[in-house]
Amino acid sequence: MTPSAHALGSVLAAGPGFEAPGLEAFYPAPLWSFTLLGIDFEITRITIILWVATLAMIGLMIATVRRPEIVPGKLQFLGESGYSLVRDGIARDVVGPRGLPFAPFLASLFFFILANNMMSIVPFAQISPMAKFAFPLVLALICYVLYIWVGIREQGVGKYFKDILFLPGVPVFMYILVTPIEILQNFIVRPFTLAVRLFANMFAGHMLLLVFSLGATYLFTVGGLSYVFGGISFLMALVMTFFELLVIFLQAYVFTVLMGTYLNGSIEAEH
Amino acid sequence: MDLLAAGLSGSIGSVGYGLAAIGPGIGVGIVWAAYIQATARQPESAGLTRTYAFLGFALSEALALIGFVVPFVFGT
Repeated sequence: MTPSAHALGSVLAAGPGFEAPGLEAFYPAPLWSFTLLGIDFEITRITIILWVATLAMIGLMIATVRRPEIVPGKLQFLGESGYSLVRDGIARDVVGPRGLPFAPFLASLFFFILANNMMSIVPFAQISPMAKFAFPLVLALICYVLYIWVGIREQGVGKYFKDILFLPGVPVFMYILVTPIEILQNFIVRPFTLAVRLFANMFAGHMLLLVFSLGATYLFTVGGLSYVFGGISFLMALVMTFFELLVIFLQAYVFTVLMGTYLNGSIEAEH
Repeated sequence: MDLLAAGLSGSIGSVGYGLAAIGPGIGVGIVWAAYIQATARQPESAGLTRTYAFLGFALSEALALIGFVVPFVFGT
């Protein structure tokens, strides 16, 4: 233990000091609460952010198709290329030729997640509803029910579950090993990871931004040499905001592509 | 050791997450490296292999995500 570490320890422990951001940012005080049918509802900041983000995305999408022209303008081009990213890139290429009916669903999924993720770097909102586990969980459950239902509809109950439980083309004695893995993979790990991946990324992103921006604010109040470190911390907060922008697009895309992959597995029988 | 004795507190689950992230980190890297290599060698196969790349990525990342949840479930 070096003396400088001791000094750092005493600086950190002394006085009011720096308070590391905790989970309280994810539990804002309810603005309005009511009870309906015995269930307590609370309208918080995050609920309002969800409404604003969704309404803004609906408004943008309506505006892009308001006056369609043969030669698209900037706004129409934005909407069309966004939709064709999902329709051609995911519904047609990933789900398969029979995936086009799912294009509207996948597109709504993609743009809903995108709009809500985007709120994590929009000033004054700065928290994504997806950083609360309930929202990704419900999205994942919708996807879970959908791909199982599509699988049953396309292949029939018997064949769908038989193909999952007893993967064709596997030696019989290997079923001891393969069947539990397949059950775990298809019915537990898929929806779980779908929800947790989105949640974890938005949650961690929000914490990262909090740590750097609160750290900068604190270091600027300390004074002295801390101004330098405060500046570095502030710069990191800026860099991380741009990194967050990348994560926002990536996670919305990954969620939709994975849902497309699961749909593909349900539509096309596995040999 | 002195620092630990001085009262460094928190959930050991966060250390567990750090350990759990090593394997998936390498795994996800391998998955995308293989996808890029396949695309570089055979550009027209990009659409074909993308599905498998994402599936492999999701499978290997699942372990890291399970590790991420552990500190919350078995936290202090």
